[in-house]
Amino acid sequence: MKILVPVKRVIDFNVKIRVKADNSGVETANVKMGMNPFDEIAVEEAVRLKEKGKATEVIAVTIGPAQCQDLLRTAMAIGADRSIHALFDGETQPLGVAKTLKAIVDQEKPDMVILGKQAIDGDNNQVGQMLGALLGWGQATFASKVELGAGSVNVTREVDGGLETLQLKLPAIITTDLRLNEPRYATLPNIMKAKKKPIEPFDAAAKGVDLSPRIKTLRVDEPGSRKAGIKVPDVATLVDKLKNEAKVI
Amino acid sequence: MPTYKAPLTDMQFLLNDVFDASQLAKLPGYEEATPDMFQSILEEGAKLCEEVLLPINQSGDIEGCTFKDGVVTTPKGFKEAYETFTQGGWMGLSCSKEFGGQGLPLLLNFLLDEMVCSANLSFGMYPGLSHGAYNAIEKHGVQELKEKYLPKMVTGEWSGTMCLTEPHCGTDLGLIKTKAIPKGDGSYSISGTKIFISAGEQDLTENIIHLVLAKLPDAPPGVRGISLFLVPKFLVKDDGGIGARNGAVCGSIEHKMGIKASATCVMNFDNATGWLVGVPNKGMKAMFTMMNEARLAVGLQGLGIAEVAYQNGLSYAKDRLQGRGLKGAVFPDKVADPIIVHPDVRRMLLTMKSITEGARALAVWVGMNLDIETKHTDATTREEAGELVALLTPITKALMTDHGFDAANLAVQIMGGHGYIREYGVEQFVRDARITQIYEGTNGIQALDLVGRKMPERFGRMLRRFFWPCAEFIKENSSNPAFADILPNFAKTFQRFQMISLLMAQRSFANPEEAGAAATDYLRGFSLLVLGYMWLLMVKTAHGKLADASEKSFYESKLKTADFYFAKVLPEINARMMNIQAGSKPVMGMSADLF
Ligand SMILES: Cc1cc2nc3c(=O)[nH]c(=O)nc-3n(C[C@H](O)[C@H](O)[C@H](O)COP(=O)(O)OP(=O)(O)OC[C@H]3O[C@@H](n4cnc5c(N)ncnc54)[C@H](O)[C@@H]3O)c2cc1C
Repeated sequence: MKILVPVKRVIDFNVKIRVKADNSGVETANVKMGMNPFDEIAVEEAVRLKEKGKATEVIAVTIGPAQCQDLLRTAMAIGADRSIHALFDGETQPLGVAKTLKAIVDQEKPDMVILGKQAIDGDNNQVGQMLGALLGWGQATFASKVELGAGSVNVTREVDGGLETLQLKLPAIITTDLRLNEPRYATLPNIMKAKKKPIEPFDAAAKGVDLSPRIKTLRVDEPGSRKAGIKVPDVATLVDKLKNEAKVI
Repeated sequence: MPTYKAPLTDMQFLLNDVFDASQLAKLPGYEEATPDMFQSILEEGAKLCEEVLLPINQSGDIEGCTFKDGVVTTPKGFKEAYETFTQGGWMGLSCSKEFGGQGLPLLLNFLLDEMVCSANLSFGMYPGLSHGAYNAIEKHGVQELKEKYLPKMVTGEWSGTMCLTEPHCGTDLGLIKTKAIPKGDGSYSISGTKIFISAGEQDLTENIIHLVLAKLPDAPPGVRGISLFLVPKFLVKDDGGIGARNGAVCGSIEHKMGIKASATCVMNFDNATGWLVGVPNKGMKAMFTMMNEARLAVGLQGLGIAEVAYQNGLSYAKDRLQGRGLKGAVFPDKVADPIIVHPDVRRMLLTMKSITEGARALAVWVGMNLDIETKHTDATTREEAGELVALLTPITKALMTDHGFDAANLAVQIMGGHGYIREYGVEQFVRDARITQIYEGTNGIQALDLVGRKMPERFGRMLRRFFWPCAEFIKENSSNPAFADILPNFAKTFQRFQMISLLMAQRSFANPEEAGAAATDYLRGFSLLVLGYMWLLMVKTAHGKLADASEKSFYESKLKTADFYFAKVLPEINARMMNIQAGSKPVMGMSADLF
């Protein structure tokens, strides 16, 4: 039972995002980067499955520049066994990433791919779904609970109406939601062990994958500042305003 | 609640660019300590400090430790945080691999210590004291004691304490009364009262290993008659399991100004069974080897507080709108300007920043030399590194702890009334920082250590370990345009300070009170000089890096901060030199009854 976990390098979730002066994107120079929090949950889930004896190998994968190696080390410090790094210096977009991941899946033949439901930079929420389609595998997105059976997996999903539990045949795609687990702090011995675990390069272009961006960003702006609120005298007025002015209920 | 982000960029700058810490990986046993390993470890350590230790700092201060029937309860969340910390292996970072540690450089532990103390000084006391006890046993204990106690201290399952102080003696340990009587089976029966024992009792660990200074029946009087003993709270069975309760019991805990989540205990030893660590009557010597490292660790506590105080003062100064810039509104669209426009607020911020960053550089320099002293293959290199560390230890301890308190005070001042009240958490920093100037040898005692012990030792050889590289730097860079504004002045000051050192040595030779009267001024002056040298090294590096556009603002900030240091902080050394020159008469000329 092999699990593949793709991870993305994004601006650290603690950092206050600033838009570049020329509105071409957000400022990334001199900004602390880290692992997409949803991906950290994915790594944690895969490692827990391994610790429970249900999975045998966890492989972390990333697509991005050389600095992404830090991320793979982090994943391996949490407990991934080895890593694959598809070096790419430009902007990564969902379809290119999904296609690269498909090529890696073809090579590694995992039984399951656990991804973050979205990356906190683009908030696209697409890669897991696209990969499912490209592979023709079943997918369960927004997982809040994962129970592995024999040849199948039960996934509880967080949907608008509440919780929904799906059973999928393996191999399958799972994308993680925030409540799936609380990622651990890597231990010092594991940080040191991670350094000795292998990172293999993966040449996406050689496999015929085109990672070049297909979507062009025209302009990025800061969200407008919030307008001052008002105080209403009582609940009745509040309900009335919500109904007739804001038209939300 | 205060906020904190570990200064990882500054640490990387010092490790990789100013002092080439990658050379540590060439020392035997440190092969794994490569720069990228440093980075991974510091990043994870930072996360732990920011996310686990910081959130229980203020609540720990408000709740404090409680005592009932001999049992001490630490504040809410401390037990869980201690588990996260120890299970993560952080306790064993620089402990020997032989006993289950990671065997990483002490320098790395220095930086971790700084972050822990920024996030939660009280919490840091528990692993900190264990570390001190671990060092003493590892350096002076027999193999049997080491194998029995150290592995569980490294995992953090057991903790350690240092029991020196007694009601009638703190600084003057020659006066201690605690007795140790041989039981004939190789163990000793220890009886006496120790006070102010940090972590003497707590609910975090299954056992507590006390290191106790006591006197043997035939001991010579004074400090030459003190021996060191290992006294566990629970006796340990041969299979390593927990045995009977030993006669080492906490009588009460102190109510105190700060570090309220660290239990400060009265410890009653009543025929407790203990084992000798090291040689009979040589306990002070054993204590001292370990105390030097502990003094450096206390210095880092000061640095930690200074950093977190600065960060909170700074963010407040950028947010708080009050008054207008003296040359007119700087932010006309706001109701008032943020207080960071005011010269006096900037003076406070820059004082904090320039001394904190200089002190961090000093920590890295000392930490690296400590590692060279322990691991280098060449005996002369080891000895020289050891001399530098010994010289800089009292300076590091006193400078950094004085600065920790000063910086915390400045943070309060920057926040005005909002600093004085509890909400923002900076008044806690003032209270917490205050003890660091007192324990592990008061800062007055550090000054005496510098002038009385380190200066005369080997006819001033230790002084050379600092004076020589500093002189060389000045010579090498005298025509470097990057230093045109600062170096000539610094060189003059440096020369004058060497003269003053000579004058002091001569005067104290004739009259030891001269050294005593000048000690604190001398230590402070020396500290300012050392910080100056640290800033010179940083300026040189930052200059070379200015072209690196992605980090330009970081290097610019370094250079501006250096300008402030040389123009506005260093000149204090002149007053200190005048004080030294004035001699001991103004201090000693008045008889006690005239006070
Ligand atoms: C919160 C806290 C935690 C502590 N933790 C521990 C611990 O874990 N283990 C432990 O053993 N102790 C501990 N201590 C004790 C601490 O180390 C002592 O308080 C300290 O060493 C000073 O001793 P003292 O209080 O007896 O002061 P004194 O020695 O009475 O000193 C009083 C003043 O006189 C000055 N002075 C004394 N002698 C000289 C001299 N020869 N020349 C010049 N000036 C002198 C001192 O600098 C000081 O200003 C702790 C204390 C506190 C408050």
